[in-house]
Amino acid sequence: MAAEMTVDITKTFPSGFTLRARLAISLGPSTVLILFGPSGSGKTTILRCLAGLERPEEGRIRFISRTWFDAEQAIDVPPQERGVGYMSQDYSLFPTYSVAGNIGFGLGGLTADEKQRRVAESLTLLKLQGLEQLTPSQLSGGQQQRVALARAIARHPQLLLLDEPLSALDTPTRLRLQGELRHLLKHLAIPSIVVTHDWGEALALGDQMAVIGAGRVLQVGTPQEVFNRPNGEEVARIVGIETALQGRVRESVEGLATVEVAGVILHALAGDEVGPDVFVCIRAEDVVLAHGSAGTTSARNQLRGSVVDISSMGALVKVGLDCGFPLSAIVTRSAVEDLHLSLGMPLTASIKAGAVHLVPRRDAAFTA
Amino acid sequence: MNWIAIGVTLKLAMLTALLLVVIGLPIAYWVSFSRWRWKFLVESVVALPLVLPPTVMGFYILVAIGPHSPFGRLYTDLVGHPLPFTFEGLLIASVLYSLPFAVQPFAAAFDQVDRRLIEASWTLGVSRAGTFFKLILPMSVAGVVTGFVLSFAHTLGEFGVVLMVGGNIEGVTRTVSIDIYDEVQALNYAGAAMTALFLLAVSYLILLSVYAMNRKVWAVWPQK
Repeated sequence: MAAEMTVDITKTFPSGFTLRARLAISLGPSTVLILFGPSGSGKTTILRCLAGLERPEEGRIRFISRTWFDAEQAIDVPPQERGVGYMSQDYSLFPTYSVAGNIGFGLGGLTADEKQRRVAESLTLLKLQGLEQLTPSQLSGGQQQRVALARAIARHPQLLLLDEPLSALDTPTRLRLQGELRHLLKHLAIPSIVVTHDWGEALALGDQMAVIGAGRVLQVGTPQEVFNRPNGEEVARIVGIETALQGRVRESVEGLATVEVAGVILHALAGDEVGPDVFVCIRAEDVVLAHGSAGTTSARNQLRGSVVDISSMGALVKVGLDCGFPLSAIVTRSAVEDLHLSLGMPLTASIKAGAVHLVPRRDAAFTA
Repeated sequence: MNWIAIGVTLKLAMLTALLLVVIGLPIAYWVSFSRWRWKFLVESVVALPLVLPPTVMGFYILVAIGPHSPFGRLYTDLVGHPLPFTFEGLLIASVLYSLPFAVQPFAAAFDQVDRRLIEASWTLGVSRAGTFFKLILPMSVAGVVTGFVLSFAHTLGEFGVVLMVGGNIEGVTRTVSIDIYDEVQALNYAGAAMTALFLLAVSYLILLSVYAMNRKVWAVWPQK
């Protein structure tokens, strides 16, 4: 059953920043909604308003059939009664409790047996067996993150709210846990809302994505839609990746991967744990255009395509190509003149293997 | 050495410190967590005993609990005798006089608790009261012990307030500091010296334990 969520809130901060967020979305039982935006855009505040930790000045928040907040009717359901699992960026583990104590902290209303069963269940789900008696300070960053998640899900919440769940980790750990987190969120069958400013994380975790900029919800769609078809310059600037495509890793040899995208073969640098299902991400700035063949260059990818769109972005021009899949390139105005670009013109697009980013996505269930 | 006076003093100090834990914790919680913009008005009132001369404190307490005040009349009607110059009256005065010595360390300890931990507890369904007892209090143990010990030590040495409110009744309100004063008045320097030494040693040991136990939380000296 889909969970309907309606958010329409206004909150002004002493600094003068105003949050005006409107969002109506239907979350399936295991939908992961990404709130994506740069720091200071208000995405964490939206999450805190959902958790009941921050009080908007105006508006309303509804989840399924329940009103969590309504300024006009003076309804403000306290965080204790919203039934959400909330995880803050720094995990907020209780230093005076063990791992098991942290996980069982919110299970006071259950019988001792049931409480123990729930703690064991969470420990198993997050592979924390054997760490029960340690204190948070004895854990690694990745373990702390898993304890915080285990604590958030132990109460069987109806919605999970995760604020930058991976940002406190070093890059190798983050990439490893990204896949695990996606797997867990899918397995739990609890809708979740994840705040992030990392486009790789958004693609790796999200089913739906809301782009937040300057306190407003700018676009909502699947991550692929949002990345490939931003609805305006602001969103395009915020997401920073113009091309994000589903691909399949064919082979990965000595750090170089061969990926198939819509029948076209691309070469990319491969990390440790890539694939088979990946998002192939290419920044428009990294695409070099040439007439005819580009000759022998160091760029590993040379794609033949034709111009389908030319749009001006001030000093720069965004060129849309059809190479068997849509590809965006950003070039200067003078380059457009030198190449005499026009719609339908055949071109060669060169991309270095290092500029083709692969974002692993553990399940094949793409929603696009 | 006047063992009776020492007994009265220890009993007074212990009861005062215990009562201050009961009264001081809610006040400190409010001081630490309230977002009321006029909060400083209450904080200043709590801190008043730090700067007021004990005789001034004692005078106002005497008037407030005396048989002519509404509270004093109510007490006299209920119990049958007025409050001034009784142990109970002295206890009330001591609690008020030592209030900042308990509330300030308590509040300083609560201030140290990361608000994000408290929010995490709320989102886990734990009530505000539950969060206080399960999370905030265990994390503030050092501050609570400090407040308890400091108010105990402060009560041991009070003089002016005791004299104003309790008088000097052997076995009831004659505390160590008053006993010392009496001995000096009677030119019994040897007796005074013994009792004074006892008070000095006890006070020093108490402060020693506070500082040894806890070098971070607010103690009797401002933080560096």
